[in-house]
This record gives sequence, structure tokens and C-alpha cells, in this order.
Amino acid sequence: MQPFTYSKAATSDDVIAALTGEGVQLIAGGTTLFDLMKLGIEQPRRIVDVSGIGGLDEVTLGPNELVFGALASMTDVASSPALQENYPVLAESLLKAASQQLRNMATVGGNLLQRTRCNYFRNGAMYACNKRNPGSGCAALGGVDRGHALLGGSEACIAVYPGDWAVALTALNASVDTQSPRGLRSIPLADLYRLPGQTPDRDTELAADEMILRIRVPAASYGRASTYHKIRDRESYAFALVSAAVMLDLDGDRVRAAHIALGGVATRPWRAPQAEALLTGQTLTPARALDAGRAAFEGATAGHHNAFKIELGARAVADALMIAQQRSTGQ
Amino acid sequence: MTDTLFPAATGTMGQPERRYEAREKVTGSAAYASDVKLARTAHAYLVTSSIGRGRLQSFDLTAARALPGVIDILTHETIGDEIRQTPSIYGGGYMADTLRPLGSAEIAHWGQPVAMVVAETYEAAREAANLVVVSYAAEVAPVAGMGSSVATGQALDPMGFAVGDFDTAYRTANVTVDANYTTPAQHQNPMELFATQCVWEAGRLTVHEPSQYVNNVKFGLAAQLGLDPSRIRVISTYVGGAFGAKGFLTHRTALVAVAARRIGRPVKLVPTRAQGFTVSGYRAETRHHVQLAATQDGRLTALRHEGWEVTSRADTVAMGAVSMTARLYACPNITARVNVVAADRSTPGFMRAPGEMPYAFAMETALDELAHKLQMDPVALRRVNDTQTEPVGGLPYTSRSLMLCFDTAAAAFGWQGRPSEPATMRDGDWQVGWGCATAFYPTHAGNSAARVRLSADGRVHVESAGHELGQGMYTMMAQVAAEELGVPIAQVTVALGDTDLPPAVVAGGSSSTASVAPAIMAACDAIRRRLGIATGVPADVMPAMEASGLGTIEEFTEVRAHGTAPDSLRGLYRGMALPAGGVHLPDRVQFALGAQFVEVRVHRRTREIRVPRVIGAFAAGRIINPRTAHGQLVGGMIWGIGSALHEHSEIDTRNASYINANLADYLVPVNADVADVQAIMVEEEDRLVNRAGVKGVGEIGVVGVAAAISNAIFHATGIRVRDLPIRIEHLM
Repeated sequence: MQPFTYSKAATSDDVIAALTGEGVQLIAGGTTLFDLMKLGIEQPRRIVDVSGIGGLDEVTLGPNELVFGALASMTDVASSPALQENYPVLAESLLKAASQQLRNMATVGGNLLQRTRCNYFRNGAMYACNKRNPGSGCAALGGVDRGHALLGGSEACIAVYPGDWAVALTALNASVDTQSPRGLRSIPLADLYRLPGQTPDRDTELAADEMILRIRVPAASYGRASTYHKIRDRESYAFALVSAAVMLDLDGDRVRAAHIALGGVATRPWRAPQAEALLTGQTLTPARALDAGRAAFEGATAGHHNAFKIELGARAVADALMIAQQRSTGQ
Repeated sequence: MTDTLFPAATGTMGQPERRYEAREKVTGSAAYASDVKLARTAHAYLVTSSIGRGRLQSFDLTAARALPGVIDILTHETIGDEIRQTPSIYGGGYMADTLRPLGSAEIAHWGQPVAMVVAETYEAAREAANLVVVSYAAEVAPVAGMGSSVATGQALDPMGFAVGDFDTAYRTANVTVDANYTTPAQHQNPMELFATQCVWEAGRLTVHEPSQYVNNVKFGLAAQLGLDPSRIRVISTYVGGAFGAKGFLTHRTALVAVAARRIGRPVKLVPTRAQGFTVSGYRAETRHHVQLAATQDGRLTALRHEGWEVTSRADTVAMGAVSMTARLYACPNITARVNVVAADRSTPGFMRAPGEMPYAFAMETALDELAHKLQMDPVALRRVNDTQTEPVGGLPYTSRSLMLCFDTAAAAFGWQGRPSEPATMRDGDWQVGWGCATAFYPTHAGNSAARVRLSADGRVHVESAGHELGQGMYTMMAQVAAEELGVPIAQVTVALGDTDLPPAVVAGGSSSTASVAPAIMAACDAIRRRLGIATGVPADVMPAMEASGLGTIEEFTEVRAHGTAPDSLRGLYRGMALPAGGVHLPDRVQFALGAQFVEVRVHRRTREIRVPRVIGAFAAGRIINPRTAHGQLVGGMIWGIGSALHEHSEIDTRNASYINANLADYLVPVNADVADVQAIMVEEEDRLVNRAGVKGVGEIGVVGVAAAISNAIFHATGIRVRDLPIRIEHLM
């Protein structure tokens, strides 16, 4: 195997110093990096273990914002009763992801950087893949594309962003605090993930020497009116065929503001502003919820095997909206 | 789990003894093939073809050879003639397919081993394998599978048959069904990978490999390597799941043996999960055309079942279970045919209920379509067509308790009062449906030998080269000897899975207990005769043993199974003990039968499918151990859920490759998909099938579940899905 060095960082400053080298990868829970190394996708020369950095696993659910340290485990965040009670969309997006064993190891910061599950990306050099091997082409186009993107794809890549947590965070206008040699900055999640365009090898706007420290979510008094609705081929331990992260600011039956994001169908966590706009100021009914769901998929481009997700996705959004409404009135 | 799950020992039920090897397995001390520690082991890693059809042009091994730790690289150019071309099991040989391992530059399928790297560590071998540069010539696109080439399928005439006049009966019938069904490629994916370790000592080869037939590996390898079989020993103490994938000799074993001989060190190969998709055989995709005709009161007047199966270009393999689906119900006019479609794929093989699962899906769904057309209860339709004489050859069933199974399962399920119209049951946003289907599996047995030793201190040792696949072979062997000699089971030790032991049948066709139990019984008889004790009645042999003054009595016996050729016992000693019986007997047919009942829920809008309840009742003759039998039946039924809703080896037709060859993307049911699964064992006595009265339960549990689920989905939604796996998009 390709040899690599392993070191453990004590502070984020250590990490940033290390990141200036070539071929450095950070490791926290290790649930995705080792997998990608075994597949030959990631070939780091140096692995820096960030899991021992103090203070980065803290979670604060404050009156103005929620702050999740990047090193908090998925399990710890998901099992917070306060989060389950006040922001079910966030807790559910974690609980419906992966398996208990993976959630115990994986961190909420690392989770954001999970790479696509596109089989052509993962299955090695025998397939053309612009994300893995820039310029080689895209085998998913014209291939088995049931799991591929209907939204945000390009002629270079239709790989789906596979995660759940980032979809929920996107719906809630979250951002990440990062550190690099250039200092600290904040990146809205909506800007963190790139569309593939002609350069699908770059998943995010994160620089090679930049590390996520924490995730910030603006607090919402109406966070209870939310859900993460995930439709999959089996009950657990499966990636989303389609998912809808929804949070509603309601005034009685009337929608003041709707937050809607889609997972499993787009090349990045996908906000659906046209669906949100359609609901703003309107009374929420099942019919209007379905209209919003359909609006969320306007412009969707189906491949050979995934066209059903346009209708399924619309229905998932509609159901998610009705669940969120029910939770709002159920208090 | 408590013991109350298992039937008490009454009638045809034996004791639910705890697993013989439970402690070893639970504590992790059970050494599977890859756990065996051999000094100075080198590690191998396969390089497999990335094209589906063509030729190897060249290898560039420079970078791989330069990697520290690399010892040897085998390719068709470097291996020489060390491995001979030998026939497959379909041609009277031992191999799972007819290709010669690293035999030429020809690429017959994606995933074909083209090189094997041997290195000091697994990691170095893997890295070097990644550095092997293979150049291919691929001028012709591969044929990936059935595609639209069904029309060019080749009929296998010996598998077809007809009785009566189907065409006239069908044309003149009151009510008919005419439908096509498909099932996808599936892979067994046993938890334990396809490990092999080989070590040479003084010209003798020892192979550690998980196997369903250790003597197949021994004699097949001897033929491939030109060795005297007596110089080869194959050991398979525990097998971590097999399901047909570990039945017959694959390419890897000879490669590892040759590598170990070349470098003079033990070599260990553990192919990856993805490589496992083409290392061994699999369940090929199938298509079915079923036509049924019936009178208004539901009596079948015509039945036609034609199947198409994908095979490789090298081998013509077909499971052809029309021989069974045509023998389930009384019907005077039957026609059946089997076809194969040759594709550029690895040779298919056996996977739990190999033909029965897909062919039952087609036939039992068609029966449900007929019941709906007749506005008849599906159970009543089976009752009207129940028979004690099979309709093709007019032969008697040795025993047939099908309707007892239906009535038992229906009562447990609460089937009575089911509305006949579909899409009428509802629970909130969920449409609810109930479906049922017949389960069946032919009763097989093969020739086997056993040795039993009784010591003066009351200890008993039982030996037979059967196989512990997780199904309970150790426990069964101990139980039979304990019962026959009247000693406590705690005093019995068992050895199996080793070619140095008395040979036994392949662990396939649900035949292990039916084959090996009679051999153990015969050896115990011989001991009893030595002691002057009558056979066939319960007795404690120890008083006679003490009176005899003997230290040890040891008896070796071989038993020929009903339906095997008179000279077939010789084959037992050449790795050729295959199961016989089922529908291939001149005087009778032998089936285990059962009834599967399923409740499904389909979400009104998102069309998610849930299976809250599966209840099966099975009549399989004598059950020696209700605990292990229960495990097999419930496991099979869960497989049935997977076969209906999840399992699908997805093929990219451009290079005929499997693109979901891992357990994250090849879906099987997880705990959350499995709610209430109940297996009921119906009392049945069959003195004809074999001396033990055992029909076997390894495979029947999976049969019929997919049809019952598809029928229940129709009942829930009014949508008939004829293609597996059934997914959300089918119901949108």
C-alpha cells in the first residue's frame, strides 16, 4: 500500500500548520476516509487525526443560534432531547443516516464532506469519471443512473450529493466556521457545495488548507414545525432515493415562510426557493403542498432510470410539509 | 430468543438441542478458513478484467514488481501449464465453470481473474495489484444479459415436456391467464468471503477453504494439478454462509495452490466482496411466460410454463424448475419448456432454491391472477387443485401435506374474512394487502458414509465429511448418534468438513441431513449388532457395552440414497456424491411443501412498501432439531423478503459489469425491514423418502415469499407487479 504518516493534532493551529503540506488528509471518525482509501480514491501521504482537539465537540442550543462543534458525533447530536423536540428536522436527518455503528464514530463536521456514492466514481479506474479522474468523462451518463442527479448536473457529472445532515442544514440557512492560514471565515452552506460544472473533482469551496471548526444554525422559534422525510429502498441503512428537509413558519394555517431542501436527487444539497415562494403567504393544504413539491422539481432532468423521482420527490416534499404543519399545530 | 419459539419434541419433532459449536462461534474461537494461522504465509490479491469481452493484449508488471514486498505475479503468460483444462460439473467434472484459470488471453466476462499478485502482506499485494497495467483488445461489445435477445434463446429440449393437449384446452377454456414475469441476477453474498489458504508439505497439499463439498475441491484440484488425490487434503471446519456459492471448485483454489508451490510458502487469498460477484456462480436473471386455464369452479385445465435463463458462453447452465412448477397441482394438459440466453457473463451457479425461487415467483403469481379472475379465494384455488398424484408422470407423492400447511398458516395469520377485492383495506395513509403462495422444494439425498466410535466410558465420536454452513450439521450429527445409541448428547463429539473423514454428499439441494443421518444410523446399527442389541427401537447401549468387555467399537458404513445409480457409491470416493430424488425418480416424487402468508403495507403517496407480517407453515417430514430448522426457515423467509423487494445485481450493459457489488448498494433486508416472521413446522411423517424421514428445510423457506408479497401488493393496491425486485417506481 502507499505509505502514509499518521499524527495526532492537539489544536486547530497544529492542523492548519500540517495542512500546508502536500497530500494531507484530516481524519476524525474515519468512516469515509478509510473507505475511500481502500477504493484508491483518496491516497493521502499524511493523515492528521483531529479527533483529540479539545472543545470542538461542544454543542450549544442557544436562543439565537445553534452551534455544533465539528467533532461532535452524529449519535451525540441526534440523541439530544432538546434538538429532537425543537428541531426535529436536524435530529431526524442524522438518525436516518447510516447505521448506529457509523453514527457513533462519524462526526457532524466530517459528515458534511462525505463524497458521492456514485458507483462509477467508487468502482475504480475501469469507468470514466471526471470527479475521480478529471477529463476522463462520465460513465454515469448513459449508465445505470437510478441513483443519479436530476438537479444540478452537468454534461461532466451527475453524481448525487449523498448526505442527509447537510440537506437539513441547508434548509435552515446554516453556515460553517472554518480556519486556514488566512484566518477564520464563515461560509454559508448554500455556498460551501459547488455545482459540478466542468470541474466536478472539486466538491466544495473549502480550500485544501482549510478546516471546518463548527456549524452554526440560526435559531428559529418555529423549529418544531419541521421534518426530514427520507424515502429509501429499505427501512434503514440506505441512501435516500429522495429526501425533503422542511421547516415552516406558520401563522395559523397561513405560511409566513417555508424552508425546503432536497436530498438524494441533486449534485449538492438543494434548496428549493421556487417551492418556498409558492407557499409564502398562502394557506397550506395538501393540494398546495403538492404544488410546492412539483415546483421544487421544475427544471429537473431525468436520465434512464430515475424519472420516477420527479413525482416521488414532489410527493415527499408535500408529505414533509404536512408533517411539519401537523407538528406545528400539535403543540 | 427463548426456547418457547421452538416446538417441543413430539411426534416428528426432535429435541431443540443447542448448537454444538455455539460457544466457539459466540466467543470467536471458531477458526474459519482465513483465520487458520500458517507460518510464513504470503498474501495474494486478484486482478480482474475490466472489460466484458475481448482479449488481453499485454501486461506491464514493472511498477507492481518494483513494489517492496512483492514476491510473484501470476498471469496466463507467467503461470505456464501448471493448471490443466478440466471439465465443469455440467460436463462430468468438478469445476463450477469450464474456463481454465489464467488459461489464455481470452476474456469471457467482466471480473474474470487475469492476474494474481503474491506479496509479503495483504496491503502490498493489493497495492501491487492496483499497479498492474493491463491492456485489452475489446472490439466487440459484450452481450450483457437477457436484453431483447430472448427471441434468440436456445431451447433445452431435455428439460421440456408435455402431457395432454395444452393448446386445445387453453383455447376452449372459460378463464385464462397469460402473463410474463422476470427476476433479476442475484448474488448469495455469504458473510464469509471466498477465502483460500494453501500449504505444501513434503509434496502434499492442504487447502483451507469454506466449502459445501470438500471432496469436490480435493478431486477437482487433483485433476487440475495432475496430482494423486491422496496427496491433497481439504479442510472446511466452519463455513460462514454459503447458499450455493461455495458448492463447486472455482478458479481461485488452483491459483493459490500453484502460487504456494512456486514460492515454497503458504499462500492466502481473500478476494474482496466485489470480486466475490464473479469468483463464484450466482442466480442468473430469468424470464417466464405462464399461461393458465381453468373452469369456472377453479379446476386447472391447462398449464404452460416457459422459462428463459441467462447463461455464460462457456457453459449451458439452467435451473429449469418447470419440472417442479408443473407438478404442484392437478392439471390434465401441461406444456413446459426451458431456454437459455448465452451472454458474456461468468457462469451462473446455485443460489438457495436456485430454480425454485424464480419459477415459483412466476407460477404462484400467475395462480393469484387466476384466483382474482375467478373471484375465488387463493387458498380455495389451491384446495380445488390439490392432488396426491403428480400430473406429469402420474406418480404418487411420498407424502403431501400442502393443504394442512395452508390451513395452519391461514389460521395463524387470520386470513378468514379477507376481502377479495383489491385496494379495499386501509390503515391511515397505508394501503394494506394480504397475499399467499405455495412453497415447495424437492426432497433430495445423496450417497454418504459415516464412522461412529463408541468407547467404554460412554463417549461417542461421529465422523463424516459433511459441512457446517451454519445450518446445524454438527448438532444434527451429534443428535442422531446420541439417539441411536441412547447416550446423552453431551458425550458425543463430531468431526466434519475434512477430506480425511468418511466422504459425504455435497451440502446442496437441502440434502445434508437426509443423506448423512441415514449413514450415521447405519453405523450405529452396526455397533448395536456387535453388542447384540436389536436395531430400530430405542435402547441404551451402555449396559451391553460394559458387559462386552470391549474398549472401543468403531463402525464405518456407506449408504446409497434412493434414486442413485447402483455403481454410484464408487463416486462417493471420487467427489461425485450429488443429490438425487425430487422429481427424477421412476417410482414417485418427493417434495417438502409449505404455505407462505404475507401482509404488506404500501404508502398511499410515496409508495413505500413495508412487510409487517410473514407467516409460513412447512411440512418437511421429520425435523431432527426444531431450533436449527427454525433458524433455516426464518432465514429463508427473510431471504424471500429480500428476493421480493431488495436483491438485484445491477448490470452496466456497456461492459457487462456489476456496478453495485458491495453490501451498501446490493440491498438485503436489514432488521428494520423484518418485523414479525413466523415459521410453523407442521407434523408430517414420511417413511419413504429416506430412513431418517427427513425432507430438508434449507431452501424451502425462501420459495414463494416473493410471489406472496407481489400478491399482497396487488391486494393492497390493485397494481400487479410481475418484475422483481418490486420497488417504489413500480407503484407510482
